Amino acid sequence: MNLTLKIWRQKNAASPGCLETHEARDVSPDMSFLEMLDMVNERLVAGGQEPFVFDSDCREGICGTCSLVINGVPHGSRKGTTVCQLHMRHFQDGQTITVEPWRARAFPIVKDLIVDRAAFDRIMLAGGFISVNTGNAPEANALPVSKEIADLAMDAAACIGCGACVAVCKNASAMLFVAAKVSHLNYLPQGQAEKDRRVKNMVLQMDQEGFGNCTVTGSCEAVCPKEISLDFIAKMNRDYAVAVVKGELKKSAAGGTG
Amino acid sequence: MRIYPAVHYTMGGTWVDYGLMSTLPGLFIIGEANFSDHGANRLGASGLMQGLADGYFILPYTIGHYFASTKPEKIPVGHAEFKKAEEGVRQFTRRLLSINGKRSATSFHKELGRLMWENCGMARTRQSLETNLKRIPELREEFWKNVKVTGSGEELNQNLEHAGRVADFLEFAELLCLDALHREESCGGHFRVEHQTEDGEAKRDDANFAYVAAWEFKGPDKKPELHKEPLVYEEVHLATRSYK
Repeated sequence: MNLTLKIWRQKNAASPGCLETHEARDVSPDMSFLEMLDMVNERLVAGGQEPFVFDSDCREGICGTCSLVINGVPHGSRKGTTVCQLHMRHFQDGQTITVEPWRARAFPIVKDLIVDRAAFDRIMLAGGFISVNTGNAPEANALPVSKEIADLAMDAAACIGCGACVAVCKNASAMLFVAAKVSHLNYLPQGQAEKDRRVKNMVLQMDQEGFGNCTVTGSCEAVCPKEISLDFIAKMNRDYAVAVVKGELKKSAAGGTG
Repeated sequence: MRIYPAVHYTMGGTWVDYGLMSTLPGLFIIGEANFSDHGANRLGASGLMQGLADGYFILPYTIGHYFASTKPEKIPVGHAEFKKAEEGVRQFTRRLLSINGKRSATSFHKELGRLMWENCGMARTRQSLETNLKRIPELREEFWKNVKVTGSGEELNQNLEHAGRVADFLEFAELLCLDALHREESCGGHFRVEHQTEDGEAKRDDANFAYVAAWEFKGPDKKPELHKEPLVYEEVHLATRSYK
């Protein structure tokens, strides 16, 4: 099949960008979208032109690295699919396809189709962890987890942190991502010690990074390649409200001897 | 989806000591990137097991010990070694960008991949390995004369990154073949066609090859040096496992 591609070209965050038109000839319908771009790039290099840069890693839909807006939809229009698992058989011969990067103020463009998603890392650093002692593994039955809780936490943990939720949101809100990460740990017994601090710190960091607010339109849930549910946003809002009402613990004057 | 044995099944890894520290002081290597925990083959989930065992049981003690017994000095970027390393990278980058040949890094990568797949894959012979040991240096030479890298070294350049990786692969692939040629037995993931039993099973040679081969890098285009680490078993004894 032959396609016309309109691909975003931008030297860096400080320069303006534009859509460049390229013809992709002899595309196999069995190729993944990224393999098709690899082929386009290979031909550009052969012709002495600079290839387009784009992020990818595992190409199995589990690492959350690939991040392209295809015809206006993050990860393309297949439900529950990352770009790397989107195949060319879902496009038609002769079609024009636009390929753009994630767009959000908190995700500055690095070059062409790559954006800097370090804001997500800083949100994780603010509370996306539990404290455990290393050394011998704890006894497996010491912390019972009910099936319902394990399933919910697992559903939240399915978030691969790609940022499609931010890219699609009219407010560039990161609520679905943060809600998934908060819920995953706040549901589990291992996450209880830092439960209140976690939700407050992660929400604070999210706001500081410049992500927009949530108006519950649900476009994030619609494009999420892991189909993370909006219910987690409700869970996070509840945990946040409880944490705010409970307030801070009074700090001990002496502290321990460590 | 194409299914094929991944790098995982080459069984090797970077040499580390018992505390999982590499030959560079302070550089600890854990999980599948090191050579330590698996045998001649990787069994189900051993990659996960190794990540957990190294991270959970070993590092908490060994890294802690390293920090407790070492006082890291502040090394300024004006340090002679830093300047040397920086200049090395600069030269490497300039060299790759200045060749301006006719072939992309991807085409070299694919050709090398095909050579490894055909001649140093699951079944290898003396002849196939010798073919590779002749072809790989030729391909490496062509790479350094005829690779085309676009863009500059001043900004994000995936084409340049890839070319740097392929340059490394062109050195490392040769070592893989050299090691496979050296090991005159069949063992785990290394099946030398010359060394098999009558019914086609791997035939080990414990008398001569019961050791880990640790190859020391001596510099590009120089022969690596072999250090043998004998496999000594006290409780469990070497035996042949049959899957039949």
